[in-house]
Amino acid sequence: MSEPDRVISYADAGVEALREEMRRDNTIVYIGQGIGARGGNFRQTKGLWKEFGDDRLRDTGICELGATGIAIGAAMAGTRTIVDEVFLDFALEAITQIVQQAANISYMSNGKIKAPVVIRGAMGAVRNAGAHHSHTFYNWFANTPGLKVVLPATPYDVKGLFKTALRDPGPVVFIEHKFLYNAKGPVPEEEYLIPFGEARILREGKDLTIVAMSRMVELAAKAAGVLAEQGISAEIIDPRTIVPLDRGRITNSIKKTGKLVVIDESPSSCSFAAELLAIAVEDCFDDLKLKPRRICSLPVPNPFSPVLENQMIPSVDRIVSDVHQMLKN
Amino acid sequence: MRPCVCRWRNDHGGWKMTERVAEQIDLKLLLDYYRKMLELREFEVKVQELYRNGRLPGFVHLYVGEEAVAVGVCSNLQAQDLVFSTHRGHGHALAKGVPAGVVLAELWGKTTGSSGGRGGSMHMYAPEYGFMGTNGIVGAPIPLATGGGLGAKMRNNGQISVSFFGEGAVNGGSFHEAVNFGAVWNLPVVYVCENNLYATEMAFSRATKNTSVASRGKAYGMPGIEVDGQDVMAVHEVAQGAIRRAREGGGPTLIECKTYRFVGHHEGDPGTDYRTRQEVQEWKKRCPVKLARKLLLEFGLAESKVQAVDQEIEQLINQAVEFAEASAEPSAESVTEHVF
Repeated sequence: MSEPDRVISYADAGVEALREEMRRDNTIVYIGQGIGARGGNFRQTKGLWKEFGDDRLRDTGICELGATGIAIGAAMAGTRTIVDEVFLDFALEAITQIVQQAANISYMSNGKIKAPVVIRGAMGAVRNAGAHHSHTFYNWFANTPGLKVVLPATPYDVKGLFKTALRDPGPVVFIEHKFLYNAKGPVPEEEYLIPFGEARILREGKDLTIVAMSRMVELAAKAAGVLAEQGISAEIIDPRTIVPLDRGRITNSIKKTGKLVVIDESPSSCSFAAELLAIAVEDCFDDLKLKPRRICSLPVPNPFSPVLENQMIPSVDRIVSDVHQMLKN
Repeated sequence: MRPCVCRWRNDHGGWKMTERVAEQIDLKLLLDYYRKMLELREFEVKVQELYRNGRLPGFVHLYVGEEAVAVGVCSNLQAQDLVFSTHRGHGHALAKGVPAGVVLAELWGKTTGSSGGRGGSMHMYAPEYGFMGTNGIVGAPIPLATGGGLGAKMRNNGQISVSFFGEGAVNGGSFHEAVNFGAVWNLPVVYVCENNLYATEMAFSRATKNTSVASRGKAYGMPGIEVDGQDVMAVHEVAQGAIRRAREGGGPTLIECKTYRFVGHHEGDPGTDYRTRQEVQEWKKRCPVKLARKLLLEFGLAESKVQAVDQEIEQLINQAVEFAEASAEPSAESVTEHVF
């Protein structure tokens, strides 16, 4: 047994999951730009190349369309693959392969062909990367039948969910948050898996339910701390995977508190926050005591200016003040 | 005895087969090829009839005129080898060994179809025959086939992957990225371009300055070979070499088969708004099925033996229709099955 409180980074937790799974299953091939000797732009494959070499850590040029198609084709023919888009933004170069081929293949083949591929990418605003490197369009994948969508918010969840993704019949879109790569947290050294479709309740509360995904979980937790000092008890839920979604745990909480706030780094229109509000209306209409509310990024491309970007994405202050405003009504 | 002998010349950096020398021929092999090509032809003619009579739903792109390519390539493959096909893919499925009844049942949306009716013409999969799918997206199967080659290389079991695509795919990014990967990773892939001169209605010469697909092999550091796609023995000769090369670890080859579709782009397109009737007629004179039949007779095979094959295929197609027609539709409740 290792020390239960070993603390490692979000990036290292992913490396550990990969190392364990690539040792366990020697057919896994990892494809992406800079993931070999360099160890990944975000250090997300640090040290793996030394152990697994060029055959299994396949560095590519800058060609996400081809690399993603190859990863999917190899998976269709029985080789488990990971394709690292590095920035989730770059998955757009390959979106036809992800949506048209990988997502559809099980259905189109009547379940005869599976594509055990993990499509990995890091999303979100960090250090003012600007409009081309900051997107958070994970809701698009959730709107595509056939894709599973994973959004780990902590190092613990990265390891457990990545390992599950690497045993899933696939395809899985595994979306980390760039801001979180250096975040540290407790991660057991021993093996564990976190099943898809199991939300995590970070904090129990009775006055309102806050659902948040990815980096917004951390903001929601901080906001809940502030609210607690003001006598408001918020329950925080992180779905961890949005496809499949733990609808039961989320709606149970809404039924208990009668109030829902969703924090989402995407713009609100047609967002996953919109989906969660729709679920609240469909499943919890009679229990809702107040209009549900979503706190999202403003509908603008990510601005470069730190002042403007901070204005765009949800902040702890904005969450706290929006919750107060909601409770006032 | 070699099944046939060919002459070659270097053309724009690619190899071009100028002539198949017909002094000797493997009659048994040619008769097998004739049988398979006739199956592909009669299958499509039957599909055309059923479609025109409103029996089949959806859209179909028929392979009529291009049979020598699928047959000349796939007949050299092993059961475990992988084929990734296109929107015009019924012929590839049949040539890889998927039974005609199973292909037709899929076109009919029946449960006995290769995808149980969930796929249709452009999304039919039969991995049990190494048939990794037709595809509704032009260019998309080229990276997939390359991935099939990567998997085969990792397994190191002698398996290879074949990528069929039209000339309409070669000016798109998928082609470029995929063949570049195939070359640099030395993957066991054979890239087979069916150059039928028109991408739907777009003449290749209007779409690109370099109309030699084979010559592009050089750009990626792989051999590019042009071959008469109406001559099944010539396709056989070229494909056999490329397949052997892939299997032995020599890497990928780009083959350009010069061919023509005798029908419109899809059933319902007359195919003469952008092609002259004269051009279509000229190409029909080089019908691959007729050419093979003529060659069989020239080399002394008794006409009765050829006719026996004709009857055999007629019967096979009739049985396929009976099988598909009698098969059940999927139950409406099954619509949500197999998403994951």
